[in-house]
Amino acid sequence: MNELIEDSILIKVRDVHFSRGSKLIFDGVDMDIQRGKVTAIMGPSGTGKTTLLKIIGGQLRPSQGSVEVDGSNIHAIRHKELYQLRKKMGMLFQSGALLTDITVFDNVAFPLREHTNLPESMIRSLVLMKLQAVGLRGAFNLMPSELSGGMARRVALARAISLDPMMIMYDEPFTGQDPISMGVLVQLIRLLNDALSLTSIVVSHDVRETCAIADFVYLVSDGKVVGSGTPEELAESDSEWAQQFLLGMPDGPVPFHYSAKPYVQDLIEH
Amino acid sequence: MLNYFQRLGASTLSVLERLGRASIFFANILLSIPSVLIRPRLLFSQMYSVGVLSFSLIVISGLFVGMVLALQGFYTLSDFGAEGMLGVMVAASLVRELGPVVAALLFAGRAGSALTAEIGLMKATEQLSGMEMMAVDPVARIVAPRFLAGLISMPILATIFSAVGIMGGYFIGVGLLGIDEGGYWSQMQAKIDFNIDIINGLIKSVVFGWVVTWIAVFEGHDAIPTSDGVSRATTRTVVHSAFAILALDFILTALMFGDI
Repeated sequence: MNELIEDSILIKVRDVHFSRGSKLIFDGVDMDIQRGKVTAIMGPSGTGKTTLLKIIGGQLRPSQGSVEVDGSNIHAIRHKELYQLRKKMGMLFQSGALLTDITVFDNVAFPLREHTNLPESMIRSLVLMKLQAVGLRGAFNLMPSELSGGMARRVALARAISLDPMMIMYDEPFTGQDPISMGVLVQLIRLLNDALSLTSIVVSHDVRETCAIADFVYLVSDGKVVGSGTPEELAESDSEWAQQFLLGMPDGPVPFHYSAKPYVQDLIEH
Repeated sequence: MLNYFQRLGASTLSVLERLGRASIFFANILLSIPSVLIRPRLLFSQMYSVGVLSFSLIVISGLFVGMVLALQGFYTLSDFGAEGMLGVMVAASLVRELGPVVAALLFAGRAGSALTAEIGLMKATEQLSGMEMMAVDPVARIVAPRFLAGLISMPILATIFSAVGIMGGYFIGVGLLGIDEGGYWSQMQAKIDFNIDIINGLIKSVVFGWVVTWIAVFEGHDAIPTSDGVSRATTRTVVHSAFAILALDFILTALMFGDI
């Protein structure tokens, strides 16, 4: 039974510490990302959520602790093995990170052309299938500069699934989107996760949208996991922190005021 | 006083640290070069943007430099009745010094700055990071083809610069100032030595091509990923390249022609 549970975990984050200069970003983070599920990592801006994705992807190295992806310790394996593993990991950057000097079609074809020797006719079919999945087959000929923010993210999503990965990491997928693009992205993340049997990690601070599709949520603040559970469990939790974040209250465990000396003292000093 | 030494020490350390990082980066580029050679299309497209697009700048500048050399040289040489040596003077100046040095300075301004800005912006817009996550090594896919293209293009551009400059000298010397056409070419043929002048000039342009492109790709890759960071990196490329070209030119000239 234990083995079965172990096997259902795709990513194990254990006691991860990470600092940037003298600033401590993570102070012992533990997480389990279940296979086939949509797991959300939520927290206020500046808590290092994107950094966490980069640590999971092996782009940053923690000062302490380990990250295991599909049974491999991502920071202990060789460069070549890391690149092999990354072929199975898709990542959607906040900006889309599309290559700006080639078309939408070539962007989606990029990983296929780099990693396979498929004939061009097959690449064309695969690219059109991926673009169809995100609803942008008609935009194949556009340049990235001609796309809206939401469209760019959908193209990046098509590119992320072009090698049929086992997992996708979404970095703030909803930020700066209008309600329609937001709705489209929310639906796509859930739909692709289920249709392609993916494992999805969504980093976000958009509570409503993320909770609508997440199977499990981790709340991160001040370098630690401060709450976890299904969206329903978190909504009912009595943690002050979870309540402040989920309900968007201006003051609470995360104070409204940036730390400063006493107000009166500051006023009478001059 | 102590503060002064402290600052001096800190800035020396930071320069050494950057130099170390640049050297490791260069080693990574070298390791990636085989992967570029098996995909020559990547190299050709970069040779177009780094080399071919610098062509008109090099041709026009070379022409003017050659013409000015002939004008200035003529007035000095004619004092000694040695106008016949004009061809030798123009060719030797261009092939040994001005061709490699001026072409490299122009190359740093035109192609070097463009390389830094392009790679820096790719970093700022997370394109390099995105590539890493697609299991594509940005050093092999983006940096190495650009480096190799710069290394190959620079000697070709310097050669074109010198050739066009010699033609510019011919137009002014023979066409305008009326020196003997046969003398212009035959003196040049007799006095310009293939090994001493042409090969050494070529070696200089290869060294300048290497240093300019190395600085350009490193600055781009190392840029702080903001608009300000990319703009500073682009400026640094041009300034550091100019210093490096002139300093290396002095060292190479001393080594090559010091005992002649």
